[in-house]
Amino acid sequence: MVEWTDSERTIINGIFANLNYEDIGAKALCRCLIVYPWTLRYFGAFGNLYNAEAIIANPMIAAHGTKILHGLDRALKNMDDIKNTYTTLSELHSEKLRVDPDNFRLLADCLSIVIAAEMGYEFTPEMQAAWQKFLSVVVSALGRQYH
Amino acid sequence: MTLSAKDKAAVKGFMSKMKSRSEEIGAETLSRMLVVYPQTKSYFAHWPDLAPGSAPVREHGVIFINGVYEAADKIDDLKNGLLTLSELHAFMLRVDPVNFKIFIHCMLVVLAMLFPEDFTPQVHLAVDKFLAQVALALAEKYR
Repeated sequence: MVEWTDSERTIINGIFANLNYEDIGAKALCRCLIVYPWTLRYFGAFGNLYNAEAIIANPMIAAHGTKILHGLDRALKNMDDIKNTYTTLSELHSEKLRVDPDNFRLLADCLSIVIAAEMGYEFTPEMQAAWQKFLSVVVSALGRQYH
Repeated sequence: MTLSAKDKAAVKGFMSKMKSRSEEIGAETLSRMLVVYPQTKSYFAHWPDLAPGSAPVREHGVIFINGVYEAADKIDDLKNGLLTLSELHAFMLRVDPVNFKIFIHCMLVVLAMLFPEDFTPQVHLAVDKFLAQVALALAEKYR
């Protein structure tokens, strides 16, 4: 089980409390698709993704980014058992979506960078540490059902 | 993942914006790395003060950033241009190359924080590609 300090819990809850899911979710997914273009392989049915401008303007991508970000809510509500919280989602990503689990890490990195852009200096090193710890636990949980 | 002419132009363009806040970028990147990835402190055990924003951290942050600018000047031949720096890291500092990625991530976070409008996904892509090439060039002499 992952140990969380009170400070870490406060930081992580604080980030979510002020999060604009539509804005940040869309930006994070777009950034991931642009910076790591091989991640586009999972989005063949999403329409025009031919260049950065098209990706940014694509409403299906924006909606999907929001959906992904809301997926983190369950980890927030179950911080003391993130591992089991994501069993079903992990199976989905492994068996049905067939997403290489390294992509979770790439998206997590982009999400951290988008949040840093949003918060500026408010995103202190301590906040970055807590936030990245949270994301790495989620990423690990999502990779657990891959065989 | 070679740098295209467009990548190089994007990198140089963004670097010129960075120059006005070099010290800040260097200090913040290094401070952040030492807090978020505490294992990196092992390379700086000889410093009296590893706290964010301390004098040794700020001074060394400038050294790091100047290294990045030097690399940008030699963007057309990083491998040869950074040979001396590679030898330094390989034979003297012996920094495990996994830390180059850690440093790069921290730098990208700081660039996003300080330049939220300019650090677009397209610029992020070019800078990330460039820094990955710099890391490769730095690791050149390791074995």
